[in-house]
Amino acid sequence: MSHPDKLQPTDAAMDRRHFLKVSGTTSAGMSLGFFLPEKGQAAEAAGVTPQLNVWVEIEANNTIVIRYARAEMGQGSLTSAPMIIAEELEADWKTVRVEYATAHENLRTKRAYGDMASVGSRTIRNSQEYLRKAGATCRDMLVTAAAQKWNVPASECKASLSKVTHAASKRSLTYGQLAADAAKLEAPKTVQLKDPKDWTLIGKPIPRVDIPDIVVGARQYGIDTQLPGMLHAAVAACPVFNGKVKTMDASKVENRRGIVKVLNMGDFVAVVADNWWRAKEALREVSVDWDVGEHGTLSSAAIMAHFKAGMEQPELAVARNDGNTSEALAKAAKVVEADYFTPYLAHATMEPMVCTAWLQGDKLDVWSSSQNPEATLSVSAANAGVPQANVKVHPVQLGGGLGRKSPQDFTKQAVLIAKAMAGKPVKMLWTREEEIQHGLYRPASLMRFKAGLNASGKVEALHIRVSAPSILATLLKLPLPKGIDGQAVASFNDHPYDIPNTLVDYAQRNTNVPVGFWRSVGHSQNPFGRECFIDELALAAGKDPVAFRLDMLPNDEKSKRDRGILQAVTKAAGWGSTLPAGVFRGVAETEGYGSWTACVCEVSVNAKNEVKIHRVVIGIDPGYAVNPDNIVAQFQGSVVHGLTAIFWGENTIKEGRVEQSNFHDYRMMRLNEMPKVEVVIAPSGGFWGGVGEPAQAPLAPALVNAISAAMGKRIRSLPLKNHGLTLKA
Amino acid sequence: MKLSVNGKSHSLDVEPEMPLLWALRDELNIKGPKFGCGVAQCGACTVLLNGEPVRSCSYPVSVAAGQKVVTIEGLADKGKLHAVQQAWIDHQVPQCGYCQGGQMLAAVALLKKKPKPTDEDIDAAMTNICRCGTYARIRTAIHAVAKKGARA
Repeated sequence: MSHPDKLQPTDAAMDRRHFLKVSGTTSAGMSLGFFLPEKGQAAEAAGVTPQLNVWVEIEANNTIVIRYARAEMGQGSLTSAPMIIAEELEADWKTVRVEYATAHENLRTKRAYGDMASVGSRTIRNSQEYLRKAGATCRDMLVTAAAQKWNVPASECKASLSKVTHAASKRSLTYGQLAADAAKLEAPKTVQLKDPKDWTLIGKPIPRVDIPDIVVGARQYGIDTQLPGMLHAAVAACPVFNGKVKTMDASKVENRRGIVKVLNMGDFVAVVADNWWRAKEALREVSVDWDVGEHGTLSSAAIMAHFKAGMEQPELAVARNDGNTSEALAKAAKVVEADYFTPYLAHATMEPMVCTAWLQGDKLDVWSSSQNPEATLSVSAANAGVPQANVKVHPVQLGGGLGRKSPQDFTKQAVLIAKAMAGKPVKMLWTREEEIQHGLYRPASLMRFKAGLNASGKVEALHIRVSAPSILATLLKLPLPKGIDGQAVASFNDHPYDIPNTLVDYAQRNTNVPVGFWRSVGHSQNPFGRECFIDELALAAGKDPVAFRLDMLPNDEKSKRDRGILQAVTKAAGWGSTLPAGVFRGVAETEGYGSWTACVCEVSVNAKNEVKIHRVVIGIDPGYAVNPDNIVAQFQGSVVHGLTAIFWGENTIKEGRVEQSNFHDYRMMRLNEMPKVEVVIAPSGGFWGGVGEPAQAPLAPALVNAISAAMGKRIRSLPLKNHGLTLKA
Repeated sequence: MKLSVNGKSHSLDVEPEMPLLWALRDELNIKGPKFGCGVAQCGACTVLLNGEPVRSCSYPVSVAAGQKVVTIEGLADKGKLHAVQQAWIDHQVPQCGYCQGGQMLAAVALLKKKPKPTDEDIDAAMTNICRCGTYARIRTAIHAVAKKGARA
């Protein structure tokens, strides 16, 4: 869910020739499907007649197969992306069947499906254009086929509900009847996309296509992979990150029932058995002496000292520098300063890391609960030592992803085990303890804010300094342009407020704790600091927090959406109206993943420091709201995900390892704690924003602003449990 | 030992202490119950044992032997969805769906005991963890089943 945009491969992958490059034959003769010859380039050179595209296949019985090229992990894109194709295709949604495209097919067709990663809330916003064009292309060809059949101008024919109709002669044919002829046509070079006002599917609450299977237990998740003669592997990596196996003694378990093999894999050990429970139980009794290297003494206190030193380091990377901030701060009538802190967080997807791999000769089959099937393919090939063309990546549903299942560390482990057990399919599943203790954690981050106000309370200068690890530099090993990790300074370098002097700088402070993309990434933590500090400034200026923000938003086109969502949400929340005694409000406004969001929380805090959340009003302007009920679901769920982190989420480090191990000490919110959530969807049109992640951003600051107001005391770090606060059910 | 799952009897030759979850998943290929934590915290592995929800990851298979186990696969009656399953569709409850088999079975057990549960009853009975955060819709769906006066 959570790569930064700059990692996005270019849309060149989706260029037109990939749309159209297809062979002259279709198997059933009734299919608009796509079949690429083995030698794609040669076929193209030989001038094979182009047909329709990779996304749509129309069966003779009028069933419309629409392909989905990303992962489904609960975000709902398996339904909303095909809706976009169906919209332009004028398909009758009732006859649509959604099927997965595969990474190996994408490889074979030189990325005809483009990027397959489900990260960064970008499935819709980054593919909507080529999906709409794909649907429109098919529609156009079907209409042309009908027009030719009837010998009438195409302009007199209309496509609707999987049929083409010629009104004047009262004739109509179904897509199923037209498919074979349409498939023989040359694809149009340009297509006309529908005016949004004519949409019949986009913007309607369409039930998700995977739910019927889910409710009967028939949906296949990665963990459910079952193959003939399959073995099961349980694994343990060194508790201290990046440690290695010094020695391993498995003699105690090797002859146990069901144990097939105990493997020393260098940086982890694996027990392979005929049942996963037998493997996991045996693993506990494999004696391993770990070489923990130099990091065996690392602690949370040492990491905090490392971050604090970053605040004072002489050389800093500059992410934004408007005006002259130091000069403006020196001249300010009032200076406000505060440090904010957010901790490391493991993902705790309900389905732990799981991958099945089967190496047969030089052919490899992989079933990985992966957010990035293309990366699964390349990592699998590299680690098995087989050509990429020999790898098949079988799509499975993910039991949650949250950004953890985009990096392929677990796929690599499974493939290495499969290689050691060549010929046999092996399913590797992590324990919950392994998942929490070998995460790719949301980075801990220390943020320092300093602002200068003039005599009338206007903010003249803002300096934000971040001292935190870099995901891009450490996980992805990317060079940082000007030393800046965009995620570390997200929502700071692009804050919308009209503050003439803004300086944002960054101390890259990496540690041995591996970091990664955690649902909404930088937007899961930086808006907490920014929007809480803005409240501190409003207080210092003696102004209402909403009026203060609106005053600071410029009256330009760019800020229209910040202003719009803030007004929509505060209106829905009745901002300014009288509250019962002891109940306080907090607000925040944010932007991220191409959408604009705002939140108002109403809370009371009693003498026992119990926080009662009376109401959460949270809203989004995603431009176009493709499947609004799914957006409501994403926002309701994001509030739960967010509150879990806000109240309890924290991974602490002691002796080089994560102290938490399972849900008893890495606490998750439960149903009885769920507050009342009202979701405001305010699509202003004209753009396509993400919906899976943005809700995380305004929730923490809105809630903590309300709590701080209730307590008359400023909370500047998470989780709230460390302030003695509990969530009252 | 003999294990009755979804009305079908199975013979099992496994260690008595093997958790029911792993007998179901890896011995009988019944994959509806999911692994989430292994320590009875999350409830993704929930099955009904004589109608009562149990966390099968921490329940020895030998204790379940001879009793009636129902998993999510066995909830529908000859293809007709249980009212809880239908409500889960009507209210679009699942997101990733991984925990939902356990959630639905917990709801079925609650509704059997209390056909008209209060919010407090739901709070007390529905303790399974959902990381997607479907709690609001779970509550709505349970109330909807109660309102329809569904079979328990």
